[in-house]
Amino acid sequence: MNKSLRNVWIVYRRELCSHFDSSLAYVFIIVFLLLSVGLGFLFNRFLENDQASLEAFFMFHPWLFMVLAPAVGMRLWSDEHRTGTIELLLTMPIAVWEAIVGKFLAAFTVLAFAIVLTFPTVVTVQYLGDPDYGPIIASYVSSLLFAGVCLAITSMVSSMSRSLVAALVASVAICFLLILIGLPPTTDFFTSVMGGAFAEGLAELSILRHFIDMQRGVITLQNLYFYVAVIAFCLFTTSVIIRAKRA
Amino acid sequence: MIEVKNLTKQFGPKTAVDDISFSVKKGEVLGFLGPNGAGKSTTMRMITGFIPPTVGEIKIDGLDALESPRQAKAKIGYLPENAPLYSDMAVTDFLAFCGEIRGIKGKELEEAVEKAIGMCFLEKVRNQNVDTLSKGFKHRTCLAQSILHDPDILILDEPTDGLDPNQKAEARALIRRMGEEKAIIFSTHILEEVDAVCSRAIIIDQGKVVADGTPEELRSKAEGAGDYKVTVHGASGSDIRSALEGLANVDSVIEIQSGGTSFKGIVRPKGSASAAEGIFGLCKDRGWSLEELGLEEGRLDLMFRQITMSETENKAA
Repeated sequence: MNKSLRNVWIVYRRELCSHFDSSLAYVFIIVFLLLSVGLGFLFNRFLENDQASLEAFFMFHPWLFMVLAPAVGMRLWSDEHRTGTIELLLTMPIAVWEAIVGKFLAAFTVLAFAIVLTFPTVVTVQYLGDPDYGPIIASYVSSLLFAGVCLAITSMVSSMSRSLVAALVASVAICFLLILIGLPPTTDFFTSVMGGAFAEGLAELSILRHFIDMQRGVITLQNLYFYVAVIAFCLFTTSVIIRAKRA
Repeated sequence: MIEVKNLTKQFGPKTAVDDISFSVKKGEVLGFLGPNGAGKSTTMRMITGFIPPTVGEIKIDGLDALESPRQAKAKIGYLPENAPLYSDMAVTDFLAFCGEIRGIKGKELEEAVEKAIGMCFLEKVRNQNVDTLSKGFKHRTCLAQSILHDPDILILDEPTDGLDPNQKAEARALIRRMGEEKAIIFSTHILEEVDAVCSRAIIIDQGKVVADGTPEELRSKAEGAGDYKVTVHGASGSDIRSALEGLANVDSVIEIQSGGTSFKGIVRPKGSASAAEGIFGLCKDRGWSLEELGLEEGRLDLMFRQITMSETENKAA
């Protein structure tokens, strides 16, 4: 196996064990399942809509991940700074990016696991009607990517601070801001103040906008590229911050 | 094995390490001494590649540590200050993780972990979670991590900190034993450790090397090193004193106790000359009895205070 991949894998495995050894991962998964299913069924009249689609169910995912992804990811680097283990990790023959990617993927696995566990809702729709699987698959992909973006932002923020609470609050705030700039009230406000072009450009940066696009069942290269680029940017910035913090 | 040249580290306007150069050969145990905040840990962190130096050159076994950090890091075992550990892992799992990252696999990994557990006396706690360990065991677990891959170079930041006297003695013996075939740098502020473990010591103060030598050499720099402590009977104190002062190699005589028939004091020879023969001859000639004639070796703590205090005063002035 390639040496870098091997290092990523070793870090990934350790981190994943650490997630599932602590009760936090289970708490997160249970809370996510309860809220995502509960909100979808109760507030969006999933059953009353009488449609064999999961739109109502997926609509709440961005708002859940905005809070829950930082909760899973806040320890990524804050803990390393706080306990000093970063000194151990980074004096081993391993590149910073290998550690970053390994840690990110481990936390992402927890999120992905939670998303996969929502499959009974798909079974329900299948049982009740004849759903169009295109939008459902697209929604799952967009949900995964959205979770990844929130997690990458958290990785970046947690590398700045040794405080878990600070990492959590700041990450939620940034995720919220990136959702907010895509919402109609914000767009309307900027259209009136700065003009339509600016408002539209700003809205394009919103992580929510791309989520809604993909929900419709259309995964464009542009949408994928946007999410992957944001994740890559945040992880790269994580490495820059870690390096800068040591200098 | 370790070569450090003109190493400097600035944190903003503060210079933590100021133009330090030294080298450590295989089979050498180098002690890093210095007051708190002198720059010991910062120097070690630069050598291990944790923080980059502002200026300077670090060579690990001939390799430029700044150009090929991964290869350099692979040759080093490092025990950071305060012995950080992943608290949610069992001791064996933690060591296996460290071994794997260092590229040890399969059966070799198992053997390496067993060996490190044995060398650091972790047998009793091998399956315990790290966060349930006492401070001494935590420290030794981290030490085990640093020797796991049998590195040629060991950098130990206060390896005996937080250990009880028995554990301290064990740790020192371990370092001394490993020092025979490795290049070791370890920092401490316990001076007796220098004698117990080091083949050479460097004193750092305010980021600068202020003394470098074997423990004996350092001791000889202490005030009072080379002096003779004498007690002579057989004449009045003042007579003995003036006779001692009259000796060729004697610079001065300091009185401790002087009576009607005896004299006790310190004889300071001129320069590095020996005054023992003169004193002995004098007593023999006059028929005095020489009760005590002892050479002061010099005390490390005195030398340490002299050097580090005077530097601080110079800065303040």
